Amino acid sequence: MDILRFITAGSVDDGKSTLIGRLLYDTKQIYIDQLEAIESSGRVNEDGEVDLSLLTDGLKAEREQGITIDVAYKYFNTGRRKFIIADAPGHIQYTRNMVTGASNSNLAIILVDARKGVQEQTRRHSIISSLLGIPRLVICINKMDLVGFDQNVYNQIVEDYKQFAQKLRVKEITFIPVSALKGDNIVSQSTEMDWYNGPSLLDHLEQVPVSSDFNLENARYPVQYVIRPHTHEHHDYRGYAGKVISGIYRKGDEICVLPSGAKSTIKSLELGGEALEEAFAPMSVVMQLETDIDISRGDVIVKTDEDLEVSKEFEALVCWMNNKPLKPGAKLILRHNSTESRAVVRKIQYKVDINTLDNNEDVDQVELNDICRVFIKTATPLLLDRYDKNRANGGFILIDETSYSTVGAGMVASISHESELNYMI
Amino acid sequence: MNKYYLDYLDQLEAEAIHIMREVAGQFQKPALLFSGGKDSITLVRLAEKAFRPGKFPFPLVHIDTGHNFPEAIEYRDRLAERLGEKLIVRNVEDTIKKQNLSEPTGRYASRNGLQTYTLLETIEEFGFDACIGGARRDEEKARAKERIFSVRDEFGQWDPKRQRPELWNIYNGHINLGENVRAFPISNWTELDVWNYIKREQIELPNIYFTHERECLVRDGKLMAWSNFIHKDPEEELVTRKVRFRTVGDMTCTAAVESVAYDIDSVIAEILDSKISERGATRIDDKLSETAMEDRKKGGYF
Ligand SMILES: Nc1nc2c(ncn2[C@@H]2O[C@H](COP(=O)(O)OP(=O)(O)O)[C@@H](O)[C@H]2O)c(=O)[nH]1
Repeated sequence: MDILRFITAGSVDDGKSTLIGRLLYDTKQIYIDQLEAIESSGRVNEDGEVDLSLLTDGLKAEREQGITIDVAYKYFNTGRRKFIIADAPGHIQYTRNMVTGASNSNLAIILVDARKGVQEQTRRHSIISSLLGIPRLVICINKMDLVGFDQNVYNQIVEDYKQFAQKLRVKEITFIPVSALKGDNIVSQSTEMDWYNGPSLLDHLEQVPVSSDFNLENARYPVQYVIRPHTHEHHDYRGYAGKVISGIYRKGDEICVLPSGAKSTIKSLELGGEALEEAFAPMSVVMQLETDIDISRGDVIVKTDEDLEVSKEFEALVCWMNNKPLKPGAKLILRHNSTESRAVVRKIQYKVDINTLDNNEDVDQVELNDICRVFIKTATPLLLDRYDKNRANGGFILIDETSYSTVGAGMVASISHESELNYMI
Repeated sequence: MNKYYLDYLDQLEAEAIHIMREVAGQFQKPALLFSGGKDSITLVRLAEKAFRPGKFPFPLVHIDTGHNFPEAIEYRDRLAERLGEKLIVRNVEDTIKKQNLSEPTGRYASRNGLQTYTLLETIEEFGFDACIGGARRDEEKARAKERIFSVRDEFGQWDPKRQRPELWNIYNGHINLGENVRAFPISNWTELDVWNYIKREQIELPNIYFTHERECLVRDGKLMAWSNFIHKDPEEELVTRKVRFRTVGDMTCTAAVESVAYDIDSVIAEILDSKISERGATRIDDKLSETAMEDRKKGGYF
């Protein structure tokens, strides 16, 4: 059994909450007491059915406003998989939530109301999914019951979407006609749509490959913590605790520590006191080296077979998540895995129009929920990968230096290794 | 099958270990909140995996309401002894005396609400800047939106509007003076995941998690372990049943479920069969209002 993490997106009222409620309900993940709580809150729809969307509506403040305003996580499992749903709300102003939920997802479900077809929000959610490197999209054309389960309506929407989707950089797009309310093609095959031969949504979610989403090519091991027991038994023990975020490490591999460049060989890999022959993403392990070299938290252990360099200057796509606009020259804390550095946003190159994926070069500041391409310089050299090459090592967050809130999410787009310009921060 | 395939329990374990090490790396004075329940017992196993053969970079802290199951307390002391790690116990009783708090009375009287005061006092006493807890997002709707690193103000309060977006596996542990963070390494685990992990790791649990005969008070259709700590109305009935507990907390607000499950496998089988969620089955205090949990979180309880 493995884990599939997915995000659900759609405009308000497209049926996202109903769809999730239906998935949970039909896979028997809703408990009687939860149903009772919903029933006692008195919300049923016109047909007298319990409002399944209440299962996923969150906090009191939101319930009072009748909208969801933050990413909520839901869990269910079948015999084949554990599923983690990041439920991100669909309002225009909440790009930041969608980006947050998308960052860890293997797949995105995007809802389209069959009566309305492809909307601006459909395009936006698809573009954000693509920018965040989600490899697989499922376009659920919902409320098919309201268009008489008509194949032509479905085909037209699929055509429209495919036209637009040429711009996207995703591995796979799947279309499924559904009725979240009635349950058609959600868990079991619909009897109303003989013309559709594909899998139900759940079948698809159970089958879609996920293990291939881990990058096993580029070995990256950020050191989080150094274990030094100082006991009689483990007098000289020095273990580097960390997580293999990508790639594979084996006992005996030649490694290099960045940024120092020091080299050594892997003496042992272990987990819970047991020795391992190899460790691969996404395992958390402890590594010991043959020689004593100075390594501390924030260093990254890589393999010498890749010729890697650290850098202090790079370009990135940044989603801005703060009310206060981002301006060129802004100084921030940048956190990349277990490394932190001061950073300055030297230049804002362009803003991405998330409805069309066009670039808008006429920009001097970046507002909340904007996505833009910027040029960043850091005080500490970092080992970065391009986000599209290695999602696990290409993302970073930006932190405000005084409030300490997380104000931006960045994805490395290009890295300059030899700095032509010798700016000082 | 692909050789480089990690089972879901291994993936959850790897994520939790990573989170614990981030806490150790980012904070000066972390603590692990230990309740004696299966979730915090799981946390302890994860800490062993994260930091052995070294010592834990944090003490275990138990906020004792004085109304705990004796079995859980025994278990706690034995565990700390076996681990050779530091255990700090602070009593709600002392806080009540010191701060001159009034104890709740009546039918639903519980010290659960007072736990918050003792926790905040303990945080202040030791200057803890991060507390690791065993809360899971599947427990309750209000928790579904909780972050893995959750910032609390000086009063321990949780403000949904101030929560930081959390992306990838990158955790922002920066805080201002007086603030602290609650960190939840098993956020993404469900009740069943925890049981399956306990089974796989062959972790010993306090025996009240398994079936035993017990005198119980029937209240609102639930079975409460009968003890001197509970107030009994004259019309309420005492019965003896075969029961086990799904969560192990304060005796005044943790209900038992009728069960014949005598080992982990039979507990897992019962959970798979059961149609009532863990919190619903066992927490009297969440019943009081639909948003009870959320209100308590805002007040500084987990
Ligand atoms: N007829 C029909 N109504 C639906 C369907 N899915 C959702 N709805 C209704 O559409 C409304 C909005 O659904 P909801 O799930 O709250 O939308 P959300 O805002 O995307 O979460 C509710 O009244 C649902 O009952 C469907 O497949 N068919």
